[in-house]
Amino acid sequence: MKGLITMDDLTNEDILSILDDAARLLPVARGKTYLPLLEGKILGNLFFEPSTRTRMSFETAMKRLGGDVVNLGDVKTSSVVKGETLFDTIQMVDGYTDIIAMRHPRQGAARYAQDAARVPILNGGDGAGHHPTQTMLDLFTILQSHGTLEGLTVVLAGDLRYGRTVHSLSHALVRFGCKLILSSPELLRMPTEIIADLREHGADVIETEDLLGNINDADVVYMTRIQKERFADEDEYTKVAGAYKLHDRDVANVKAEMIIMHPLPRVDEIHPSVDSTRHARYFEQAFNGVVARMALLCRLLNIEVPAEIHGGEA
Amino acid sequence: MADEHNMRRVTAIRNGTVIDHIPSGQSLKVLELLNIARDTSVPVSLVMNVPSKKMGSKDIVKVEDRELTQTELDRLALVAPDSSIAIIRAYTVAEKLEVNLGKEVRNVVQCTFSNCITQNLREPLPHRLRVTSTDPLTLRCHYCQRPQDLDELIHNLL
Ligand SMILES: [Zn+2]
Repeated sequence: MKGLITMDDLTNEDILSILDDAARLLPVARGKTYLPLLEGKILGNLFFEPSTRTRMSFETAMKRLGGDVVNLGDVKTSSVVKGETLFDTIQMVDGYTDIIAMRHPRQGAARYAQDAARVPILNGGDGAGHHPTQTMLDLFTILQSHGTLEGLTVVLAGDLRYGRTVHSLSHALVRFGCKLILSSPELLRMPTEIIADLREHGADVIETEDLLGNINDADVVYMTRIQKERFADEDEYTKVAGAYKLHDRDVANVKAEMIIMHPLPRVDEIHPSVDSTRHARYFEQAFNGVVARMALLCRLLNIEVPAEIHGGEA
Repeated sequence: MADEHNMRRVTAIRNGTVIDHIPSGQSLKVLELLNIARDTSVPVSLVMNVPSKKMGSKDIVKVEDRELTQTELDRLALVAPDSSIAIIRAYTVAEKLEVNLGKEVRNVVQCTFSNCITQNLREPLPHRLRVTSTDPLTLRCHYCQRPQDLDELIHNLL
């Protein structure tokens, strides 16, 4: 494995071992222990489209491990606008850095960059394509709560058509034998070629427009944002999107260990009343972005994470 | 033999290339693919929808005074993967060539997905389509991983 472009670059064994590293790095991510494993290393942050969260999370991960970060800067003022090819940009940054995290509006850009680069590339999102570091932090969150990734029942709800987050995640969950319940409005169903692909891998997949009727058996409910722009008019949006919202009263009869996740930012898919229930996991999930990326940075830079790290509870 | 009869439907050529066993109706695409349609200096004979033992019916293309290169053969594989090619010199078959689609089609055609990184033709790395199955022919872009629409692909030749 050179870089991480899609989840196919990782075996199930790789995934579990990286998530295990991540668990040990928790006190470092929380700032309770300083462990400069990546001292002297430089991460190049190449974000060709804005993403405050993912970029900040990579930057924090690198700095918590004693490494440094250089940023591409605002795309509007950088050489990209002057017509530089991705190939040329990569040649330059490749010479300056030890590893590159990138997001690009065009699909396939990360694979292209990896072919052009000497250093490993971490794909932080390419068009409607892949977003494997998000998938890793999602898997970490699930593993932390349930102690396993095997055989869980996972409801994915909301916009399953355009969300690359749910596409990558569903592939990964199927590899661990999870049952998927895909709950979305007709207009925003998961693309048929992805469902065909999942079923080809032996997945148990159910498509439904109903959300609330399916959450009582779930181990994980993964909510996503439904964007107004996907609908012809505001009325249609209000009518449809209303069925994909959670309120604290909706989770009264769910499994005790069920967790609710969301890639954030949320609008009103999850009512603030849910935040204080034992099921809410989305803020922790956002924090896990740092620790999952720390573990990935170490793995791709061939830096071993110590078997024991002291400092506060993990 | 039916095949010999078919060959006599058009005059034998002195020098050039005969492309036989093209799926019926695909010969016009073959001409387009080989950039022959636009080259008015090359005499071309075309036979369409003649009976074939092997295929039911087929097309044949004869191009005079031109021998196809390996690159052109690779392109041909996209529309007529089972065609047979004979290079003719002095009225006799000098060479028989096979169309061979390897594991990857490199720098022959551009990915059909409108938001693929390879849409910027100034990007210097090769256009790469992976052959994911040969029968029926399916291709996926190495970069964006999108499956390719073969009918659309013909218009994306480089
Ligand atoms: Zn492509």
